[in-house]
Amino acid sequence: MSNTLIKAHAVNVIIDERSILSNISLCLDAGHITSLIGPNGAGKTTLTKTLLGLQKPSSGLVTKRPGLRIGYMPQQLHVDQNLPLTVERFLSLANSEKGRVTQALTEAGAAQIKSHSLSKISGGEMQRVLLARALLRDPQLLVLDEPARGVDIAGQEELYSTIANIRERHGCGVLLVSHDLHLVMAKTDSVICLNRHVCCQGRPEEISIDPAYLDLFGQNRPAALALYTHHHDHDHDIHGNIVDAEKGKGTDA
Amino acid sequence: MPDFIIYALLAGIGLALAAGPLGSFVVWQRLSYFGDTLAHSALLGIALGLVTEMNLSLAVLCCACAVALLLVILRNRTRLSQDSILGILSHTSLAIGLVVISLFSTNQLDLSAYLFGDLLSVGKSELIAIAAAVIFCLGLVGHFWNAFLSITIHPELAEVDGLPVFGLHLLLALLIAVLVAAAIKIVGVLLITALLIVPASTARQNSSSPEAMALLASLYGVIAVCGGVALSWYIDSPTGPSIVLCCGAMFALSLLFNNLPKKQL
Repeated sequence: MSNTLIKAHAVNVIIDERSILSNISLCLDAGHITSLIGPNGAGKTTLTKTLLGLQKPSSGLVTKRPGLRIGYMPQQLHVDQNLPLTVERFLSLANSEKGRVTQALTEAGAAQIKSHSLSKISGGEMQRVLLARALLRDPQLLVLDEPARGVDIAGQEELYSTIANIRERHGCGVLLVSHDLHLVMAKTDSVICLNRHVCCQGRPEEISIDPAYLDLFGQNRPAALALYTHHHDHDHDIHGNIVDAEKGKGTDA
Repeated sequence: MPDFIIYALLAGIGLALAAGPLGSFVVWQRLSYFGDTLAHSALLGIALGLVTEMNLSLAVLCCACAVALLLVILRNRTRLSQDSILGILSHTSLAIGLVVISLFSTNQLDLSAYLFGDLLSVGKSELIAIAAAVIFCLGLVGHFWNAFLSITIHPELAEVDGLPVFGLHLLLALLIAVLVAAAIKIVGVLLITALLIVPASTARQNSSSPEAMALLASLYGVIAVCGGVALSWYIDSPTGPSIVLCCGAMFALSLLFNNLPKKQL
Protein backbone atom coordinates (compact mmCIF):
# COMPACT_ATOMS: atom_id res chain seq x y z
CA MET A 1 0.00 0.00 0.00
CA SER A 2 1.44 3.35 -1.00
CA ASN A 3 0.11 4.97 2.17
CA THR A 4 2.32 2.83 4.39
CA LEU A 5 5.52 4.37 5.71
CA ILE A 6 6.89 1.50 7.76
CA LYS A 7 5.58 -2.03 7.95
CA ALA A 8 6.64 -4.70 10.39
CA HIS A 9 5.78 -8.30 9.65
CA ALA A 10 6.08 -11.10 12.24
CA VAL A 11 9.04 -9.42 13.96
CA ASN A 12 10.82 -11.22 16.77
CA VAL A 13 13.65 -9.70 18.77
CA ILE A 14 15.76 -11.88 21.04
CA ILE A 15 18.52 -10.25 23.10
CA ASP A 16 20.78 -12.36 25.33
CA GLU A 17 18.54 -15.39 24.74
CA ARG A 18 15.62 -13.45 26.16
CA SER A 19 12.68 -12.81 23.95
CA ILE A 20 11.97 -9.09 24.03
CA LEU A 21 9.43 -8.88 21.24
CA SER A 22 7.48 -11.69 19.70
CA ASN A 23 5.47 -11.81 16.53
CA ILE A 24 4.89 -8.10 16.05
CA SER A 25 3.07 -7.01 12.93
CA LEU A 26 2.03 -3.42 12.42
CA CYS A 27 1.76 -0.62 9.91
CA LEU A 28 2.57 3.06 10.29
CA ASP A 29 0.61 5.12 7.80
CA ALA A 30 1.22 8.54 6.33
CA GLY A 31 -0.63 11.30 8.17
CA HIS A 32 -1.74 8.99 10.99
CA ILE A 33 -0.96 9.35 14.66
CA THR A 34 -0.23 5.99 16.24
CA SER A 35 0.22 5.72 20.00
CA LEU A 36 2.36 2.88 21.27
CA ILE A 37 1.56 2.18 24.90
CA GLY A 38 2.63 -0.50 27.33
CA PRO A 39 3.94 -0.96 30.87
CA ASN A 40 7.62 -0.58 31.78
CA GLY A 41 9.69 -3.35 30.24
CA ALA A 42 7.10 -4.09 27.58
CA GLY A 43 9.67 -3.59 24.83
CA LYS A 44 8.44 -0.22 23.58
CA THR A 45 11.90 1.23 23.12
CA THR A 46 13.17 -1.97 21.49
CA LEU A 47 10.23 -1.94 19.09
CA THR A 48 10.86 1.72 18.29
CA LYS A 49 14.51 1.03 17.61
CA THR A 50 13.62 -1.96 15.45
CA LEU A 51 11.25 0.17 13.39
CA LEU A 52 13.95 2.83 13.04
CA GLY A 53 16.48 0.24 11.89
CA LEU A 54 18.71 0.70 14.96
CA GLN A 55 18.00 -2.83 16.19
CA LYS A 56 18.05 -5.81 13.85
CA PRO A 57 15.07 -8.15 14.22
CA SER A 58 16.05 -11.75 15.05
CA SER A 59 13.42 -12.85 12.58
CA GLY A 60 10.67 -11.20 10.62
CA LEU A 61 10.77 -8.22 8.34
CA VAL A 62 10.70 -4.44 8.70
CA THR A 63 10.17 -2.60 5.45
CA LYS A 64 10.43 1.13 5.01
CA ARG A 65 9.14 3.20 2.16
CA PRO A 66 12.24 3.94 0.04
CA GLY A 67 13.78 7.34 0.87
CA LEU A 68 11.62 7.76 3.97
CA ARG A 69 12.66 10.79 6.02
CA ILE A 70 12.27 10.17 9.74
CA GLY A 71 12.40 12.78 12.48
CA TYR A 72 13.39 10.89 15.60
CA MET A 73 13.06 12.32 19.07
CA PRO A 74 14.97 10.12 21.52
CA GLN A 75 14.00 9.83 25.17
CA GLN A 76 16.87 11.92 26.32
CA LEU A 77 20.07 13.53 25.21
CA HIS A 78 23.03 13.84 27.49
CA VAL A 79 25.62 16.32 26.31
CA ASP A 80 29.10 16.12 27.78
CA GLN A 81 29.91 19.20 29.89
CA ASN A 82 33.11 19.58 27.93
CA LEU A 83 31.31 20.13 24.65
CA PRO A 84 30.36 23.80 24.35
CA LEU A 85 27.22 23.69 22.25
CA THR A 86 24.35 26.13 22.01
CA VAL A 87 20.84 25.02 21.14
CA GLU A 88 21.16 26.87 17.83
CA ARG A 89 24.43 25.20 16.82
CA PHE A 90 23.07 21.79 17.81
CA LEU A 91 20.00 22.28 15.63
CA SER A 92 22.02 23.62 12.72
CA LEU A 93 23.67 20.18 12.51
CA ALA A 94 20.30 18.76 11.51
CA ASN A 95 19.55 21.41 8.90
CA SER A 96 21.79 24.34 8.07
CA GLU A 97 19.34 26.24 5.85
CA LYS A 98 19.12 29.83 6.97
CA GLY A 99 16.17 30.69 9.20
CA ARG A 100 15.01 27.12 9.56
CA VAL A 101 16.38 26.66 13.07
CA THR A 102 14.47 29.64 14.44
CA GLN A 103 11.34 28.54 12.63
CA ALA A 104 11.52 25.00 14.05
CA LEU A 105 12.25 26.24 17.56
CA THR A 106 9.27 28.58 17.39
CA GLU A 107 7.07 25.77 16.16
CA ALA A 108 8.22 23.55 19.03
CA GLY A 109 7.58 26.41 21.46
CA ALA A 110 11.13 27.06 22.60
CA ALA A 111 12.29 30.10 20.62
CA GLN A 112 13.59 31.86 23.73
CA ILE A 113 16.32 29.35 24.49
CA LYS A 114 17.99 29.53 21.08
CA SER A 115 21.31 30.79 22.41
CA HIS A 116 21.35 28.80 25.65
CA SER A 117 23.93 26.13 26.29
CA LEU A 118 22.57 22.67 25.52
CA SER A 119 23.93 21.19 28.73
CA LYS A 120 22.20 23.78 30.90
CA ILE A 121 18.58 23.65 29.76
CA SER A 122 15.84 21.88 31.72
CA GLY A 123 14.34 18.53 30.85
CA GLY A 124 11.18 20.06 29.44
CA GLU A 125 13.17 22.49 27.32
CA MET A 126 15.32 19.63 26.04
CA GLN A 127 12.15 17.83 24.90
CA ARG A 128 11.21 20.92 22.89
CA VAL A 129 14.68 21.19 21.39
CA LEU A 130 14.64 17.54 20.38
CA LEU A 131 11.20 18.02 18.85
CA ALA A 132 12.52 21.01 16.89
CA ARG A 133 15.42 18.90 15.71
CA ALA A 134 13.07 16.20 14.47
CA LEU A 135 11.10 18.86 12.57
CA LEU A 136 14.25 20.15 10.89
CA ARG A 137 14.59 16.87 9.04
CA ASP A 138 11.36 17.65 7.11
CA PRO A 139 10.05 14.33 8.32
CA GLN A 140 7.43 12.19 6.66
CA LEU A 141 7.32 10.28 9.92
CA LEU A 142 7.87 11.65 13.40
CA VAL A 143 8.98 9.11 15.97
CA LEU A 144 8.64 10.42 19.51
CA ASP A 145 9.97 8.19 22.28
CA GLU A 146 8.13 9.11 25.47
CA PRO A 147 7.94 12.84 24.84
CA ALA A 148 5.71 13.22 27.89
CA ARG A 149 8.16 11.56 30.26
CA GLY A 150 8.72 13.75 33.29
CA VAL A 151 6.26 16.35 32.07
CA ASP A 152 3.25 17.15 34.24
CA ILE A 153 -0.33 16.83 33.01
CA ALA A 154 -0.63 20.47 31.98
CA GLY A 155 2.68 20.24 30.16
CA GLN A 156 1.55 17.05 28.45
CA GLU A 157 -1.57 18.72 27.21
CA GLU A 158 0.49 21.54 25.77
CA LEU A 159 2.97 19.13 24.24
CA TYR A 160 0.26 16.97 22.67
CA SER A 161 -1.48 19.98 21.18
CA THR A 162 1.88 21.08 19.72
CA ILE A 163 2.31 17.63 18.17
CA ALA A 164 -1.24 17.67 16.80
CA ASN A 165 -0.56 21.09 15.23
CA ILE A 166 2.62 19.79 13.67
CA ARG A 167 0.76 16.85 12.14
CA GLU A 168 -1.85 19.21 10.68
CA ARG A 169 0.79 21.51 9.22
CA HIS A 170 3.27 18.97 7.87
CA GLY A 171 0.96 16.08 7.13
CA CYS A 172 3.47 13.67 8.59
CA GLY A 173 2.77 10.36 10.26
CA VAL A 174 3.46 10.21 14.00
CA LEU A 175 4.52 7.34 16.20
CA LEU A 176 4.09 8.34 19.82
CA VAL A 177 5.53 6.08 22.51
CA SER A 178 4.13 6.37 26.00
CA HIS A 179 4.19 4.36 29.21
CA ASP A 180 1.02 6.06 30.32
CA LEU A 181 -1.65 3.44 29.76
CA HIS A 182 -4.67 5.54 30.51
CA LEU A 183 -3.90 8.83 28.87
CA VAL A 184 -3.19 8.95 25.18
CA MET A 185 -3.39 11.85 22.81
CA ALA A 186 -6.96 12.81 22.04
CA LYS A 187 -6.05 13.17 18.37
CA THR A 188 -4.55 9.70 18.08
CA ASP A 189 -5.86 7.61 15.17
CA SER A 190 -4.86 4.25 16.51
CA VAL A 191 -3.40 2.74 19.65
CA ILE A 192 -1.08 -0.23 19.85
CA CYS A 193 -0.95 -1.82 23.25
CA LEU A 194 2.30 -3.69 23.72
CA ASN A 195 3.50 -6.16 26.29
CA ARG A 196 6.23 -8.07 24.48
CA HIS A 197 3.56 -8.92 21.95
CA VAL A 198 0.75 -6.79 20.58
CA CYS A 199 -2.02 -7.18 23.17
CA CYS A 200 -4.51 -5.27 21.12
CA GLN A 201 -4.65 -2.50 18.61
CA GLY A 202 -7.29 -0.28 17.19
CA ARG A 203 -8.95 3.06 17.65
CA PRO A 204 -8.72 4.50 21.16
CA GLU A 205 -12.39 3.97 21.96
CA GLU A 206 -12.13 0.32 20.92
CA ILE A 207 -8.98 -0.29 22.95
CA SER A 208 -10.46 0.91 26.20
CA ILE A 209 -13.08 -1.84 26.18
CA ASP A 210 -10.83 -4.56 24.76
CA PRO A 211 -10.66 -7.47 27.24
CA ALA A 212 -6.90 -7.86 26.70
CA TYR A 213 -6.36 -4.24 27.71
CA LEU A 214 -8.67 -4.50 30.70
CA ASP A 215 -6.92 -7.66 31.83
CA LEU A 216 -3.49 -6.13 31.65
CA PHE A 217 -4.10 -2.69 33.02
CA GLY A 218 -7.53 -3.47 34.24
CA GLN A 219 -10.15 -1.54 35.98
CA ASN A 220 -10.66 -4.45 38.33
CA ARG A 221 -7.67 -3.39 40.37
CA PRO A 222 -8.17 -1.36 43.53
CA ALA A 223 -7.62 2.28 42.78
CA ALA A 224 -4.44 3.61 44.41
CA LEU A 225 -4.62 6.88 42.58
CA ALA A 226 -7.34 9.44 42.53
CA LEU A 227 -7.91 12.54 40.48
CA TYR A 228 -7.48 15.90 42.10
CA THR A 229 -8.83 18.85 40.20
CA HIS A 230 -6.83 22.06 40.26
CA HIS A 231 -8.37 25.41 39.65
CA HIS A 232 -5.74 28.03 38.92
CA ASP A 233 -6.45 31.51 37.70
CA HIS A 234 -3.24 31.48 35.66
CA ASP A 235 -1.09 29.12 33.60
CA HIS A 236 2.64 28.61 33.16
CA ASP A 237 4.37 28.28 29.86
CA ILE A 238 7.24 25.88 29.26
CA HIS A 239 9.69 28.29 30.85
CA GLY A 240 7.70 28.63 34.02
CA ASN A 241 6.56 32.15 33.24
CA ILE A 242 3.05 32.98 34.34
CA VAL A 243 0.68 33.49 31.47
CA ASP A 244 -2.98 34.35 31.32
CA ALA A 245 -5.12 31.24 31.76
CA GLU A 246 -7.08 31.89 28.59
CA LYS A 247 -4.12 32.82 26.42
CA GLY A 248 -1.88 30.05 27.80
CA LYS A 249 -3.30 27.36 25.57
CA GLY A 250 -2.52 29.10 22.34
CA THR A 251 0.90 30.63 22.89
CA ASP A 252 3.07 27.72 21.88
CA ALA A 253 1.68 27.25 18.38
CA MET B 1 68.70 29.76 14.79
CA PRO B 2 70.25 26.47 13.74
CA ASP B 3 68.34 24.27 11.29
CA PHE B 4 67.42 21.58 13.80
CA ILE B 5 65.58 24.08 15.97
CA ILE B 6 63.58 25.32 12.99
CA TYR B 7 62.72 21.75 12.01
CA ALA B 8 61.75 20.97 15.59
CA LEU B 9 59.55 24.04 15.81
CA LEU B 10 57.82 23.37 12.49
CA ALA B 11 57.20 19.70 13.32
CA GLY B 12 55.88 20.57 16.76
CA ILE B 13 53.65 23.37 15.51
CA GLY B 14 52.19 21.15 12.78
CA LEU B 15 51.34 18.43 15.27
CA ALA B 16 49.85 20.92 17.71
CA LEU B 17 47.59 22.28 14.97
CA ALA B 18 46.21 18.82 14.20
CA ALA B 19 46.04 17.87 17.87
CA GLY B 20 43.63 20.75 18.59
CA PRO B 21 40.51 19.45 16.82
CA LEU B 22 41.36 15.75 17.25
CA GLY B 23 42.12 16.28 20.93
CA SER B 24 38.78 18.05 21.32
CA PHE B 25 37.01 14.94 20.06
CA VAL B 26 39.10 12.81 22.41
CA VAL B 27 37.86 14.99 25.29
CA TRP B 28 34.23 15.07 24.11
CA GLN B 29 34.04 11.32 23.59
CA ARG B 30 35.98 10.63 26.79
CA LEU B 31 38.64 8.74 24.93
CA SER B 32 41.68 10.07 26.76
CA TYR B 33 42.78 6.54 27.63
CA PHE B 34 42.58 5.74 23.91
CA GLY B 35 45.61 7.95 23.24
CA ASP B 36 47.62 5.95 25.79
CA THR B 37 46.53 2.70 24.22
CA LEU B 38 47.62 3.89 20.79
CA ALA B 39 50.92 5.06 22.19
CA HIS B 40 51.58 1.67 23.80
CA SER B 41 50.69 -0.07 20.58
CA ALA B 42 53.16 2.24 18.85
CA LEU B 43 55.88 0.67 20.96
CA LEU B 44 54.80 -2.70 19.58
CA GLY B 45 55.10 -1.12 16.14
CA ILE B 46 58.67 -0.08 16.87
CA ALA B 47 59.49 -3.64 17.97
CA LEU B 48 57.93 -5.18 14.87
CA GLY B 49 59.65 -2.61 12.68
CA LEU B 50 63.02 -3.57 14.14
CA VAL B 51 62.37 -7.27 13.66
CA THR B 52 61.12 -7.00 10.08
CA GLU B 53 63.52 -4.17 9.23
CA MET B 54 60.78 -2.07 7.73
CA ASN B 55 60.52 1.69 8.11
CA LEU B 56 59.88 2.37 11.80
CA SER B 57 57.34 5.17 11.29
CA LEU B 58 55.41 3.00 8.88
CA ALA B 59 55.43 0.09 11.34
CA VAL B 60 54.21 2.36 14.12
CA LEU B 61 51.45 3.72 11.89
CA CYS B 62 50.31 0.21 10.91
CA CYS B 63 50.23 -0.95 14.53
CA ALA B 64 48.34 2.11 15.76
CA CYS B 65 45.77 1.73 12.97
CA ALA B 66 45.36 -1.99 13.71
CA VAL B 67 44.71 -1.26 17.38
CA ALA B 68 42.26 1.53 16.52
CA LEU B 69 40.42 -0.89 14.23
CA LEU B 70 40.37 -3.58 16.90
CA LEU B 71 39.02 -1.13 19.47
CA VAL B 72 36.13 0.05 17.32
CA ILE B 73 35.22 -3.53 16.38
CA LEU B 74 35.47 -4.88 19.93
CA ARG B 75 33.40 -1.98 21.21
CA ASN B 76 30.63 -2.95 18.82
CA ARG B 77 30.84 -6.71 19.24
CA THR B 78 31.42 -7.35 22.93
CA ARG B 79 29.73 -6.26 26.08
CA LEU B 80 32.94 -5.21 27.79
CA SER B 81 33.04 -1.56 28.74
CA GLN B 82 35.22 0.69 26.68
CA ASP B 83 37.80 1.30 29.37
CA SER B 84 38.25 -2.45 29.96
CA ILE B 85 38.81 -3.03 26.24
CA LEU B 86 41.29 -0.17 26.14
CA GLY B 87 43.13 -1.50 29.17
CA ILE B 88 43.38 -4.99 27.67
CA LEU B 89 44.58 -3.73 24.29
CA SER B 90 46.93 -1.20 25.81
CA HIS B 91 48.84 -3.49 28.13
CA THR B 92 48.81 -6.52 25.88
CA SER B 93 50.38 -4.58 23.03
CA LEU B 94 52.87 -2.95 25.40
CA ALA B 95 53.87 -6.36 26.76
CA ILE B 96 54.25 -7.90 23.30
CA GLY B 97 56.35 -4.92 22.26
CA LEU B 98 58.69 -5.20 25.25
CA VAL B 99 59.08 -8.97 24.82
CA VAL B 100 59.76 -8.70 21.10
CA ILE B 101 62.32 -5.94 21.61
CA SER B 102 64.21 -7.87 24.25
CA LEU B 103 64.18 -11.10 22.20
CA PHE B 104 65.14 -9.74 18.81
CA SER B 105 67.11 -6.56 19.15
CA THR B 106 70.79 -7.42 18.73
CA ASN B 107 72.36 -4.12 19.65
CA GLN B 108 70.82 -2.60 22.74
CA LEU B 109 68.06 -0.32 21.51
CA ASP B 110 67.71 2.98 23.29
CA LEU B 111 64.07 3.01 24.23
CA SER B 112 64.15 6.40 25.89
CA ALA B 113 64.01 8.23 22.54
CA TYR B 114 60.64 6.59 21.96
CA LEU B 115 59.40 6.86 25.53
CA PHE B 116 60.12 10.57 25.87
CA GLY B 117 60.48 11.74 22.28
CA ASP B 118 63.38 13.41 20.58
CA LEU B 119 62.07 16.48 18.83
CA LEU B 120 65.47 18.01 18.22
CA SER B 121 66.54 15.09 16.01
CA VAL B 122 63.75 15.65 13.48
CA GLY B 123 65.25 15.75 9.98
CA LYS B 124 64.00 17.03 6.65
CA SER B 125 62.41 13.76 5.53
CA GLU B 126 60.63 13.31 8.86
CA LEU B 127 59.40 16.86 8.68
CA ILE B 128 57.83 16.12 5.30
CA ALA B 129 56.19 12.95 6.68
CA ILE B 130 54.79 14.88 9.65
CA ALA B 131 53.51 17.65 7.37
CA ALA B 132 51.76 15.06 5.21
CA ALA B 133 50.16 13.44 8.28
CA VAL B 134 49.01 16.81 9.62
CA ILE B 135 47.48 17.91 6.31
CA PHE B 136 45.79 14.53 5.96
CA CYS B 137 44.29 14.70 9.47
CA LEU B 138 43.20 18.34 9.29
CA GLY B 139 41.71 17.92 5.82
CA LEU B 140 39.57 14.95 6.82
CA VAL B 141 38.53 16.40 10.18
CA GLY B 142 37.47 19.60 8.43
CA HIS B 143 35.56 17.73 5.77
CA PHE B 144 33.68 15.49 8.21
CA TRP B 145 33.42 18.05 11.02
CA ASN B 146 29.62 18.16 11.28
CA ALA B 147 29.31 14.41 10.89
CA PHE B 148 31.88 13.81 13.64
CA LEU B 149 30.00 16.25 15.89
CA SER B 150 26.71 14.47 15.23
CA ILE B 151 28.04 11.02 16.16
CA THR B 152 29.64 12.51 19.26
CA ILE B 153 26.40 14.09 20.47
CA HIS B 154 24.03 11.18 19.85
CA PRO B 155 25.09 8.20 17.69
CA GLU B 156 21.57 6.81 17.30
CA LEU B 157 20.16 10.15 16.21
CA ALA B 158 22.98 10.36 13.67
CA GLU B 159 22.17 6.89 12.41
CA VAL B 160 18.47 7.68 11.94
CA ASP B 161 19.58 10.74 9.96
CA GLY B 162 21.39 8.34 7.65
CA LEU B 163 25.03 8.89 8.70
CA PRO B 164 27.38 5.87 8.51
CA VAL B 165 28.05 5.94 12.25
CA PHE B 166 30.34 2.90 12.43
CA GLY B 167 32.46 4.13 9.52
CA LEU B 168 32.76 7.60 11.03
CA HIS B 169 33.82 6.22 14.41
CA LEU B 170 36.42 4.13 12.63
CA LEU B 171 37.69 7.09 10.59
CA LEU B 172 38.01 9.26 13.69
CA ALA B 173 39.92 6.51 15.50
CA LEU B 174 42.23 6.08 12.49
CA LEU B 175 42.92 9.82 12.29
CA ILE B 176 43.88 9.85 15.97
CA ALA B 177 46.09 6.82 15.28
CA VAL B 178 47.83 8.65 12.43
CA LEU B 179 48.45 11.67 14.62
CA VAL B 180 49.76 9.56 17.50
CA ALA B 181 52.09 7.69 15.16
CA ALA B 182 53.40 10.99 13.83
CA ALA B 183 53.76 12.51 17.30
CA ILE B 184 55.72 9.63 18.88
CA LYS B 185 58.92 11.31 17.73
CA ILE B 186 57.98 14.62 19.34
CA VAL B 187 56.68 13.91 22.81
CA GLY B 188 57.18 10.16 23.06
CA VAL B 189 54.96 7.27 24.08
CA LEU B 190 54.50 8.34 27.68
CA LEU B 191 53.38 11.92 27.11
CA ILE B 192 51.49 11.78 23.85
CA THR B 193 48.01 11.90 25.36
CA ALA B 194 48.90 15.18 27.05
CA LEU B 195 49.31 16.93 23.71
CA LEU B 196 45.81 15.76 22.77
CA ILE B 197 43.82 16.46 25.90
CA VAL B 198 45.54 19.23 27.86
CA PRO B 199 45.26 22.04 25.26
CA ALA B 200 41.68 20.97 24.49
CA SER B 201 40.74 21.00 28.17
CA THR B 202 42.36 24.41 28.57
CA ALA B 203 40.43 25.70 25.58
CA ARG B 204 37.13 24.47 27.07
CA GLN B 205 37.21 27.21 29.69
CA ASN B 206 36.90 30.07 27.22
CA SER B 207 34.98 28.75 24.25
CA SER B 208 31.31 28.90 23.45
CA SER B 209 31.24 26.69 20.37
CA PRO B 210 32.91 23.43 19.36
CA GLU B 211 34.76 25.20 16.55
CA ALA B 212 36.14 27.86 18.89
CA MET B 213 37.31 25.17 21.28
CA ALA B 214 39.13 23.25 18.53
CA LEU B 215 40.86 26.39 17.19
CA LEU B 216 41.80 27.59 20.64
CA ALA B 217 43.17 24.14 21.46
CA SER B 218 45.38 24.33 18.36
CA LEU B 219 46.56 27.78 19.38
CA TYR B 220 47.37 26.70 22.95
CA GLY B 221 49.21 23.67 21.55
CA VAL B 222 51.33 25.89 19.29
CA ILE B 223 52.16 28.20 22.20
CA ALA B 224 53.14 25.19 24.32
CA VAL B 225 55.40 23.83 21.57
CA CYS B 226 57.16 27.18 21.19
CA GLY B 227 57.49 27.52 24.96
CA GLY B 228 58.76 23.96 25.32
CA VAL B 229 61.37 24.34 22.61
CA ALA B 230 62.51 27.64 24.11
CA LEU B 231 62.74 26.11 27.57
CA SER B 232 64.72 23.23 26.21
CA TRP B 233 67.02 25.65 24.32
CA TYR B 234 67.76 27.85 27.32
CA ILE B 235 67.88 25.45 30.26
CA ASP B 236 68.71 22.31 28.26
CA SER B 237 65.68 20.38 29.48
CA PRO B 238 64.27 17.42 27.48
CA THR B 239 62.04 18.88 24.74
CA GLY B 240 58.99 16.57 24.87
CA PRO B 241 58.44 16.86 28.62
CA SER B 242 59.06 20.63 28.40
CA ILE B 243 56.24 20.97 25.87
CA VAL B 244 53.87 19.00 28.08
CA LEU B 245 54.98 21.08 31.05
CA CYS B 246 53.97 24.23 29.15
CA CYS B 247 50.57 22.65 28.35
CA GLY B 248 50.08 21.86 32.01
CA ALA B 249 51.12 25.34 33.12
CA MET B 250 48.67 26.95 30.71
CA PHE B 251 45.88 24.74 32.02
CA ALA B 252 46.70 25.71 35.60
CA LEU B 253 46.73 29.40 34.65
CA SER B 254 43.39 29.14 32.87
CA LEU B 255 41.85 27.50 35.95
CA LEU B 256 43.19 30.30 38.09
CA PHE B 257 41.93 33.08 35.84
CA ASN B 258 38.54 31.55 35.31
CA ASN B 259 37.81 30.71 38.91
CA LEU B 260 39.10 33.74 40.79
CA PRO B 261 36.55 36.31 39.56
CA LYS B 262 33.63 33.96 40.20
CA LYS B 263 34.50 33.62 43.85
CA GLN B 264 34.40 37.39 44.30
CA LEU B 265 30.90 37.64 42.91
